[in-house]
Amino acid sequence: MKAAARPVQRPADARLLVVDGAGRIAHHPRSALADLLVAGDLVVANDAATLPASLSGRHLATGATIEVRLAGSRSLAVDDGASFLAIVFGAGDWRTRTEDRALPPPLTAGDALSLGPLTATVVRVVAAPRLVELRFAGAADAIRAGVARHGRPVQYAHIDAPLALWDVWTSIAAQPVAFEAPSAGFVIDWHLLEGLRQRGIGFATLTHAAGLSSTGDAALDARLPFDEPYRLPAATVAAVRRALDRGDRIVAIGTTVARALEHAAARPGGLRPGRAIADNRLGRSTRLRVVDALVSGTHEPGSSHHELLRAFVDATTLARIDAAVASGDYRTHEFGDSVLVERGVAPRCAHAEPRSNLNTATLASRLGKVRTTLPA
Amino acid sequence: MMHSPHSRTPLRVAVTGGTSGLGLALVEAFAARGDHVAFVARDAERVARVAREIRGSHGVVGDVARKDDVHAIALQIGGALAGLDVLVHNASSLGPVPLALLADTACEDFELALATNVLGPFRLTKALLGLLAASARESAADGAGAVIVNVTSDAAVTPYPTWGAYGASKAALAHMSRIWHEELAAHGIAVLALDPGDMDTPLHAAAVPDADPATLKRPRDAAREIVDRIDRERMAAALSPSEPAIALAPGSVT
Repeated sequence: MKAAARPVQRPADARLLVVDGAGRIAHHPRSALADLLVAGDLVVANDAATLPASLSGRHLATGATIEVRLAGSRSLAVDDGASFLAIVFGAGDWRTRTEDRALPPPLTAGDALSLGPLTATVVRVVAAPRLVELRFAGAADAIRAGVARHGRPVQYAHIDAPLALWDVWTSIAAQPVAFEAPSAGFVIDWHLLEGLRQRGIGFATLTHAAGLSSTGDAALDARLPFDEPYRLPAATVAAVRRALDRGDRIVAIGTTVARALEHAAARPGGLRPGRAIADNRLGRSTRLRVVDALVSGTHEPGSSHHELLRAFVDATTLARIDAAVASGDYRTHEFGDSVLVERGVAPRCAHAEPRSNLNTATLASRLGKVRTTLPA
Repeated sequence: MMHSPHSRTPLRVAVTGGTSGLGLALVEAFAARGDHVAFVARDAERVARVAREIRGSHGVVGDVARKDDVHAIALQIGGALAGLDVLVHNASSLGPVPLALLADTACEDFELALATNVLGPFRLTKALLGLLAASARESAADGAGAVIVNVTSDAAVTPYPTWGAYGASKAALAHMSRIWHEELAAHGIAVLALDPGDMDTPLHAAAVPDADPATLKRPRDAAREIVDRIDRERMAAALSPSEPAIALAPGSVT
């Protein structure tokens, strides 16, 4: 795999590797996504807009130059915009690979940070030397204004130029709560939404505060993704319930959508509208309750996004996907190519009963759809 | 609200050019009935003053004519309101002041009129469209959609001499509104170009310094008309809560 270095959300030659429920692999232009879906399918996307979460400044006690990357928040409540989980680096910027970045000066609770127009205090050190909880001083509107004007989008060394907010906001970007772009959503434009509508394919959104994908620290990276708050609108819950009742396919655009929907469905009482915090982790042992298929980027083995695919396919199929991505010259990272992975049918049936609200007839109709939509 | 027989969910409203004239009157009108309002203007001191004076309003400092400001503005609006139901593009540039014949109009003044009156609303609408579409999906069950208002002028229709930069830019804005209205109807968003008439505002005073204010419409009256119109258009714009697949018989898609 090679990195996609140019910040183009929908390059004309973007590709889509498609894996159907039987594990068959096909290659398509990504612009054909709507053609791979059928009437009745429900597409769910994350409409979080991305904060310019990289803030340069100084550690006041030492005068050291630092870069703070906001990495997580406790809630999506508007008035709760002062406290953040954050990664702190020493001098330098995105041009240096994250794992090669200088460490910040030793940080302790109470340290003051000057970040452009903003002032923040280290509330506690979560994991030395670079993961802290910090709190901005000032009113919510002033904090937002400071972040909006002083912050830069978080980016990594594989991109060849500084990113602007419009590079990282999806076409459907709404409430600004993500720390990195929910980049699977780059596939979406208004033309695609029009195409879904014409084909009788449903579209719904949730808002999920996607966190950082890399911290530069292997031990911290192993803890990713951090807990992420999300909000499920009532209209989305209604659409998901309808799809579940009918056995219609639910297609998550992005790992954040899969994480949020599965978290919500696993809660006592099941899916319901409102805010919650996703503290789950999708992987091999996950029993998927909602999501039938996932559109995601191409991810390197070992990353949390890659591990998540194990919830959808068995190890053999995942190895075949990895090989197809590598030999097919797919581009990786946020502006790269995509995969559409339908959850495996065989492994599910082998050791798990179909979910309780799926009767045999609807399961049969679901499998029928799969065969007609995805060319072998 | 306490005396209202129908308790109403407050709207989330953004208004550009919100510290004077019609924009300020709109901020006041929405805030007075309990709506949540974010307003945008260039002058930090005036923004702070209006935000202080109008309780519950959120001031955003920025220039819609500047490309680099637009996403920062959108971020602050979306963050402060946690959603958006109504967007009013009210900020306007006259072009050359005093008004000038087109042949005497500096290109830079024409460009400023286009940047403020056409490109600014275009960019800010794009940046806020996700919020507005989310509002339309979420409020379909309540029979409401989202509304974008572009404040335009009869100068967009009638070729008044010396109003060239302003008139041409407002004509472009009005036509863009019509196209956008067609394209966004399926998403539950209505886009209107509204001409509030000649009002007693700083912009009118700059254009026609010797006009008698007594003959001009009060911004407060124009604002009330626009708020009423927005309420009606929200109902008209509502998406049908029925989902697209409902017409298909079960199993017919296999």
